[in-house]
Amino acid sequence: MSVLVFIEQRDGKVRPVSREALGLAVRLAPAFGGEVVGVCLAPSDPGLAALGDAGCDRTLLATHASFARYDGVVDAAVVAKAVEQVKPGVVLFANSSLARDLAPRVAARLGVGLASDCTGVTADGGALTATRPVYAGKAVQSVRFPRTPALLSLRPKMFTPMTGAGKAGTVEAFAPGELPASRARVKDVVAQAGGKIDLTESEIIVSGGRGLKGPENFKLVEELAEALGATVGASRAVVDAGWRPHADQVGQTGKTVAPKLYVAVGISGAIQHLAGMSSSRCIVAINKDPDAPIFKVADYGVVGDLFEVVPALTDAVRKLDVHA
Amino acid sequence: MIQVVCIKQVADTETRVKVAADGRSLDPAGVTWIMNPYDEFALEQALRIKEQEGSGEVVVLSLGGAGLPTTLRNALAMGADRAVHLKADLVPDSLAVARALAAEIQPLAPAIVWCGRQAVDDDAAQVGSMLAELLGMPCVTSIAKFERAGESATVERDIEGGREIIEVTLPAVFTADKGLNEPRYASLKGIMAAKKKPIEEKPAVLGEPNLEVTALALPAPRAAGRIVGEGVGAIPELVRLLREEAKLL
Repeated sequence: MSVLVFIEQRDGKVRPVSREALGLAVRLAPAFGGEVVGVCLAPSDPGLAALGDAGCDRTLLATHASFARYDGVVDAAVVAKAVEQVKPGVVLFANSSLARDLAPRVAARLGVGLASDCTGVTADGGALTATRPVYAGKAVQSVRFPRTPALLSLRPKMFTPMTGAGKAGTVEAFAPGELPASRARVKDVVAQAGGKIDLTESEIIVSGGRGLKGPENFKLVEELAEALGATVGASRAVVDAGWRPHADQVGQTGKTVAPKLYVAVGISGAIQHLAGMSSSRCIVAINKDPDAPIFKVADYGVVGDLFEVVPALTDAVRKLDVHA
Repeated sequence: MIQVVCIKQVADTETRVKVAADGRSLDPAGVTWIMNPYDEFALEQALRIKEQEGSGEVVVLSLGGAGLPTTLRNALAMGADRAVHLKADLVPDSLAVARALAAEIQPLAPAIVWCGRQAVDDDAAQVGSMLAELLGMPCVTSIAKFERAGESATVERDIEGGREIIEVTLPAVFTADKGLNEPRYASLKGIMAAKKKPIEEKPAVLGEPNLEVTALALPAPRAAGRIVGEGVGAIPELVRLLREEAKLL
């Protein structure tokens, strides 16, 4: 049986998270004794032949003008049709904002279970076990799949994409069939200022909390983020206070993140915040209270006045010229 | 117009997770149970729509065990008209839940089905979209803005690096994100009125499991943190560690 990967595209480009899913597919394929097959819905080929390098043997490409924008009712029907044709042992999705609707729909359509937002997957003779954080990361659940195919969505940044896989990357036309009538239409997509990367897909995050004392002082966080090439995040306290939009919130009622570097500025470290960022590879905390819980999870802590420490750190990073 | 709001009772977000003796579930000892926070945004939006229109019915639907009526009573106190409690000792996988809920929802023919973006216990974020598929409805997940215009609605949601504006023909499923509104607290009058509102109880019809939970474990604790130093004087050492030890800069 093969491993089927949903290849997500936006604006004519394959999204990087789909390469992460392909990376896992390549590792799972031997246990299932099959090939890695992609399925992509797009108005035209978004350069799928290049996915051979990322481990894809072949990709089914369904083309239609309406595939430029996601429509759950339509897209789920097409993906389910591809699953029925390929008969894979596993279907992988990247857990993007698109797949958070698509994957459960496909699961409901096929009548099989879905393990969402997985951070680990092992195959033991074709029997998959997926691990996934629950309670925003306060615990980890292991799940198994009583039926075939097993559907999984993968947390961004947790699976390493392959390069130089040397697979064929053949592109095959896939007839989507008659499309159901559309009842939800994306009218517009408003880009965030500066083309900001989503927190869940960021390599580096600088988050600010109540220690900043007011929304105007977030410029300190923004300047450090700019110097590091990072995305700005926030604690629940400052989002609830209206200083930052909810899209910036890290924690149990916000986003769960796992960047390479997480810098917490003026964040004490409430349990619901720690749950959302504790799987970051390296955590730096800057806080004036040496007893703040954030220091218990921080690899590197600096006790001090953030109004002095943060600008000094920004200066030091700028002098490094990290982008050189 | 009927609106159905699907809610779930969950452990409070301040809960320290302990694993039960079965090794697969949360130890319920000492846990405070609340309405899933995202479901509060969903319920609030349904109530606002009903209030704006001056008519209609808001039905709260939930699947859960013996403790669930406390949360349902709270939803009624906020302003829902009636509640349906699908009784099950254990909450099964998302697809099994969605099928049980869809069977209840179908005969009501609601204009809108509301869910929270995800439950803050299993974080699966599946039931809303599964319901939509089972009911043959469109669905927009994680909405941050809602405006109704006759038989359609215009909603907004955050996606990676931007915000989508989507026009949806009703009936439809929406899952609510934080930021959609500010949920109300139940008033004393609401609490009194809720005592007289009906909670219909019936056994949940559940099929075979679609996913099997084999273990629940606490994550490996992070290695103990280290204080690099105090104040601005610690910056050179911090930068050195980030470059040479963590190899990040």
